[in-house]
Amino acid sequence: MPAPEFAQQIVNGILLGGVLAFVAIAFTLTIGVLNFLNFTIPAVFMVAAMVTWALAAPAGRAFGSGPGWIAAAAAGIAAALAASLLIERFTYRYMRVRHGDATEHALPLVSSLGFLIIFEHLTVALWGSDPHRVELPLRDTDLHFGPLVVGGPHLASLLLALALAALIGAVLERTRLGRALRAIAENPDAATLMGVEVQRIVPVVFAAAGALAALAGILYAASYGTVSPYMGDTIATDAIAGMVIGGLGSVWGAVAGGLLIGMLKVMAISLFGAEIEKIPVWGLLLLVLVVRPAGLFGHRRLGRARF
Amino acid sequence: MSGYLSGVLAQLLINVIVAYSVFLPAAAGLLNLGAAGFVLAGGYSAGALTLKLGWPLWTAIPAGGLAAALLAFLVSFAVLRTQGVYMVLATFAIAELVGGVLINIDALGGASGLSVTAYAGLPVVFAVTAATVVLVAWLLSTRLGLAMRAIHDDDRVATLFGVHLRAVQIAAFTLGGALGGIGGGLLVHHFNFMDVQSTGVIFSIYVLLYVLMGGTQTAWGPVAGAAFFTLVPELLRQGAAIGPAWKFLETGRFIVFGAAVVLVMVLRPEGLVTRGMFERFAALRARNPGPP
Repeated sequence: MPAPEFAQQIVNGILLGGVLAFVAIAFTLTIGVLNFLNFTIPAVFMVAAMVTWALAAPAGRAFGSGPGWIAAAAAGIAAALAASLLIERFTYRYMRVRHGDATEHALPLVSSLGFLIIFEHLTVALWGSDPHRVELPLRDTDLHFGPLVVGGPHLASLLLALALAALIGAVLERTRLGRALRAIAENPDAATLMGVEVQRIVPVVFAAAGALAALAGILYAASYGTVSPYMGDTIATDAIAGMVIGGLGSVWGAVAGGLLIGMLKVMAISLFGAEIEKIPVWGLLLLVLVVRPAGLFGHRRLGRARF
Repeated sequence: MSGYLSGVLAQLLINVIVAYSVFLPAAAGLLNLGAAGFVLAGGYSAGALTLKLGWPLWTAIPAGGLAAALLAFLVSFAVLRTQGVYMVLATFAIAELVGGVLINIDALGGASGLSVTAYAGLPVVFAVTAATVVLVAWLLSTRLGLAMRAIHDDDRVATLFGVHLRAVQIAAFTLGGALGGIGGGLLVHHFNFMDVQSTGVIFSIYVLLYVLMGGTQTAWGPVAGAAFFTLVPELLRQGAAIGPAWKFLETGRFIVFGAAVVLVMVLRPEGLVTRGMFERFAALRARNPGPP
């Protein structure tokens, strides 16, 4: 492969990694604080992008292609937040109120998969199962550095992921909310006894993870110019791989893991063809799980609870 | 029997076998989100044996089961090093790896899938499923079954009572792998086709849902779960034909179905079929003995 093309692939890998890092942070938040592998994140990611597309698409839709797309994106994020709070009500909160411990059974996992089925087929029923083209204004903002092309939305999602990781890290370390979250992660019952209002803080975690997934979905739609009801599935499994490799519950681990998976995928595809991508990603994940289950930056204790 | 009905029935029977492949590890406290891996391993092995080497079905399908069992045995050592969410993800990674390897073998069809000519009819599928149900029900009544139940309920106490945790879990995982391989062999030879795309992430997720929805406490849970997942969407499809008011079911049946999954988890967190259900039934019969 000639050098400029190789450099371009490295750039593409880092940019795909930016989107993956975003989704991986959303996963790591719910798993780090609540010990809950939230399978509705791909649904929230997709709902936000689909709603934005539906409102911003130029052909006879409400907002047209002007500045209306900002309103459309806001509506997409609002839809994703509403979906996240609904999911929280019927997965985590219900199990905790009724059984005292939301993660003792595999129930939240099953319920979240039920919600994934609901949301994917809801969008299929509304807008069909075929992919749709998206024309957001950000699409024309490709930057050129010599022979290298850097997509504007790609770059925005990479920079936003880094900024949000720093912000979330600071919130967790420095603020009262962060201390409450760390207490819940340590032990929800003890946190309640210490005066943390668990029932009021858990929805915040869901909303934060939902907002992250929604932003990632919209940026993904803007970067790649397409949306579909199943767009979240592959991104989410790759982001889960990135999260585990980075270490469950670690925000910077999620960023590092997301970037690593993005790079690995783009490199494998450009060197060996499209069919090969699964082997390096999942092979690396399995190796990490067996050799160093805590990942690169994770805490050993997290994610070990029984189902 | 109409082609449609026998197609649904065969799918249901195969789903029951594949559900048992995840149920056996789950009954011993191991969550397996990689059913597709063992189904693919068994299906592709059995398919290659009938297609390339001309083996008859009655040796090829068990050989596929053996291949999947061998795979399960080998990976069980890696899987048992993990716990909780990590185990779910490890089994998931194994399934993705098996799919990733098979899709690159051009001799077996590569990305366009494996087409075979040998055909396993409905009677064959039915007989194997019936034998599997009887086998699993018997297995749970043995000492191994009791040890699995003890580990499922509390692994530390089980160890204190002298249960060899590791051996029992490896046995449960390997037997589960064998059943997944046999299910795969039946799948490829009944529908004469198998590919990596349609036996992937969603497949594994659905199989795990059969088991958790049906309940992991008794041998009848997977049957109930597989029946729920196979029949409810089909019934909803039929429901769309009732009248114009029910037309929304044609596109919306999976929405209703997903809501049913959430609702069942809210109302019956241990699954549709529980041990308590059988115990209550037995107590009822003991109290009111029927006429002699």
